[in-house]
Amino acid sequence: MIAAGEPAPDFTLRNQDGEKVSLSDFRGEKVLLVFYPLDFSPVCSDQLSIYQEVKPEIEAKGVTMVGISVDSGFAHKAFQDKLGIDTQLLADFEPKGEVARAYGAYIDKVGHANRSLVLIDAEGKVEWVHESPTPLEIPGANLIFDALASANAR
Amino acid sequence: MSTLTSAAVPPAGPEDHRRGEGPELIVYADLGCPHCASAWAELCEHEATIVFRHFPVASKHPRSPALHAAAEAAGRQGRFFELVDSLYEDRGHVDDPHLWQRAELLGLDLERFETDRRSEAVAARVRRDFESGIRAGVTGTPAVFG
Repeated sequence: MIAAGEPAPDFTLRNQDGEKVSLSDFRGEKVLLVFYPLDFSPVCSDQLSIYQEVKPEIEAKGVTMVGISVDSGFAHKAFQDKLGIDTQLLADFEPKGEVARAYGAYIDKVGHANRSLVLIDAEGKVEWVHESPTPLEIPGANLIFDALASANAR
Repeated sequence: MSTLTSAAVPPAGPEDHRRGEGPELIVYADLGCPHCASAWAELCEHEATIVFRHFPVASKHPRSPALHAAAEAAGRQGRFFELVDSLYEDRGHVDDPHLWQRAELLGLDLERFETDRRSEAVAARVRRDFESGIRAGVTGTPAVFG
């Protein structure tokens, strides 16, 4: 897994609407990458639904949150609609999992990312990471706010 | 805006909704959630004090905010758990006319119920519980703390 202090590898992926999104588009603001295993698995649904409920508070701290999984943009669109969320979802689809690999979040034997959170600062440097012990464990939204609070205290 | 950094589950206090006798079980539940509905019946059989905390996940269950506000409004007329039981027993009737019907069956003052459930005070009360759950790391419902 990538570590705090390292430069965040840039990437360009398509979102749920087929638009290209690059990490560098966000330069000047903080970004929270939410790597998750798969669309439509019940556990993921809870994670992104819960984060959606505190999205205004995350954005109030100047952070844009994006979800990333190996699913296609079409699956992402349907997943977004199903969950009723408007968090942007990026398709790490081809080459499969390339971005997750670059961040060290990919699990080869299962073919998808682990549940990992990566907070990137305004200059494109990794500020904080959290890796779940297993994909079954959902990181609470409180951890994101702890990370933001300690980043602000520095 | 309140802080959402980590914090332990707040112990039950006088403002909490409590029912039963025995050791306390603090339950973060979503009134629109099917898992909560089946867990609710089971939980209520325990010899325990159930402390109900609101945890509506609106994106997942669009009617949840309205249901939690309705329960809170019923609570202001002393019928909180009666409405919670009713909502979990019959999950198919959750539109406004159904809520009025349920309120009438419980003998609530309907006008007051309407004003209360749409009030900012009720929304803030629900949000307070929700935020304490977020701070305690709740990521799904029901979440039970013994």
